[in-house]
Amino acid sequence: MSERKPKASRQAFGEALADLGATHPHIVVLDADLAKSTKSELFATKFPERFVECGIAEQNMVGVAAGLGLAGKNAFCCSFACFVAGRFETIKISVAYSGGNVKIVGTHAGVGIGPDGYSQMGLEDLALMRTLPTMQVFQPSDEVETRQIMEYLASHDGPAYLRLTRQELTPMHGPEYRFVPGKIDVLAEGKDVAIFATGGPVMHAMAARAALAADGIDAAVINVPSIKPLDHDGIAAWATKVPLFVSVEDHNVLGGMGGAVAEVLASVPRSARLHRHGILDVFGESGEPEDLYRKFRLDGPGITAVVREALGR
Amino acid sequence: MTQDRQTAVAALDAQCTRLRRDILEMITEAGSGHPGGSLSAVDLIATLYAHHLRQGAARASDPTRDRFVLSKGHGVPALYAVLAEHGYFPHADLKSLRKLGSPLQGHPVVGTVPGIEACTGSLGQGLSVAVGMALAARLDGHDARTWCLMGDGEIQEGQVWEALMSASKFRLDNLVGILDFNKAQIDGLVKDVMPIEPVEDKARSFGWLTRRIDGHDFEQILSAYAWAEVPEGLPKLIVADTIKGKGVSFMESDLVKWHGVATTREQLEKALSELSVKGAGR
Repeated sequence: MSERKPKASRQAFGEALADLGATHPHIVVLDADLAKSTKSELFATKFPERFVECGIAEQNMVGVAAGLGLAGKNAFCCSFACFVAGRFETIKISVAYSGGNVKIVGTHAGVGIGPDGYSQMGLEDLALMRTLPTMQVFQPSDEVETRQIMEYLASHDGPAYLRLTRQELTPMHGPEYRFVPGKIDVLAEGKDVAIFATGGPVMHAMAARAALAADGIDAAVINVPSIKPLDHDGIAAWATKVPLFVSVEDHNVLGGMGGAVAEVLASVPRSARLHRHGILDVFGESGEPEDLYRKFRLDGPGITAVVREALGR
Repeated sequence: MTQDRQTAVAALDAQCTRLRRDILEMITEAGSGHPGGSLSAVDLIATLYAHHLRQGAARASDPTRDRFVLSKGHGVPALYAVLAEHGYFPHADLKSLRKLGSPLQGHPVVGTVPGIEACTGSLGQGLSVAVGMALAARLDGHDARTWCLMGDGEIQEGQVWEALMSASKFRLDNLVGILDFNKAQIDGLVKDVMPIEPVEDKARSFGWLTRRIDGHDFEQILSAYAWAEVPEGLPKLIVADTIKGKGVSFMESDLVKWHGVATTREQLEKALSELSVKGAGR
């Protein structure tokens, strides 16, 4: 029953990567002196000959991964979301434009990293990665989903970005769950409001749903693991079923999942109104992850309050 | 020099004169491009494809091929001319350089024409990609070699030094760097904009083996490439002293100007008159 215990998505990633290495000989893994933190060390211990330690030099790591990908490997290139997405232009040219088989893995995403503070927080990575043609962008909400996405990435030939948490995530899915790229994942139906959540806040959106139900508000919770490709049709269908969307993410509200949903709604006539929630274009700060989630209203009570305000109830 | 070597050098000399004409004609036709750095690099690229790169048009997708990464992507007219010379695509396509819909993009793009190994043009990225390709060849257990040509101004980019560090850490003796040291960049001379000397000392201190040559002397280029192919446990860098705009007098006398300026029809005619092919043309 280990799959039912809370687990950080970085840990689930590291375990899946080490398992997939056995069946996918073309997988190689690169890290930039953070293998212990990104959990790529689990692969490194098992397959040292296929692990490339690049030192604290992320842009070279991204380029080396691109070369490995162009020469037939499936290169997983790991660091904190903040540091790897920060090498954006190398990702743009050497990875995306060159079309190499590279998976950029950004861990410790969002304010959820906690006490290290803003300089270590990836809060703009989704916005950056989403703008690169051919780049797919995924963010799992728990262990089962992380493993499912990893199985997809192990076989997918092309560039992708995977965004992972430092903090532990409550299971949202049973072993029967099947992740489908380009599809939303409806965790709970509802008719008054649809909460679209991705990554760390998904479990808190479910807690908010329970609190809202006690007040007679029927909230759907929709997990968005596939930010690109995005489920345009699925989101558009919900836009005519409920009057209000609330998007929730541990990322700047500019350009992230909420921004992507807004782009869909812009093309749907007579659609739901959207309230985008997340980090409201401000810098993060140090603090325990739970304290930061409280401050930025990404925990259950915070999301509950945000939804109530948006509904005017 | 042996008789064979003399013959090879004479053939390269004639070929590179033709290639220089191709480069200037295609840039003139395009109305934009980078003649200076294409002309400084063409002898180095042509010699590689003629004598050392184990590839050829028929093997352009062979996973065990030698690979050439043109990190100074703005010099791509020289590479296009060489690829056309070796039958990677029709020579007539050169006229489409930089035109809408042409496979011959202004900077190299993978998948447009055979023989382009990486997207480059954002300077400083190619050597890292070449390091990855060399690592892949080692992992796959074949003896493919990766060659990477960089510009002198280009190595002002910090990523190059990260890549130099990593290549020696990984002891990549299947990787060869070539530095087209043509002394000029957009804003002025390299020594004024941001000096890179003593470049051999710097590369050696980063764990590379180095050799310095005249990048327009075919005998020296051939010797350096033969040296580079001998595995000695470390990556090798060939520092090639070159002349920006080599072969065209009005460019050689005004190095900085001709970085990114296309020749007019009139200037082209003047340049071509200095680049006469002895004996039979194409």
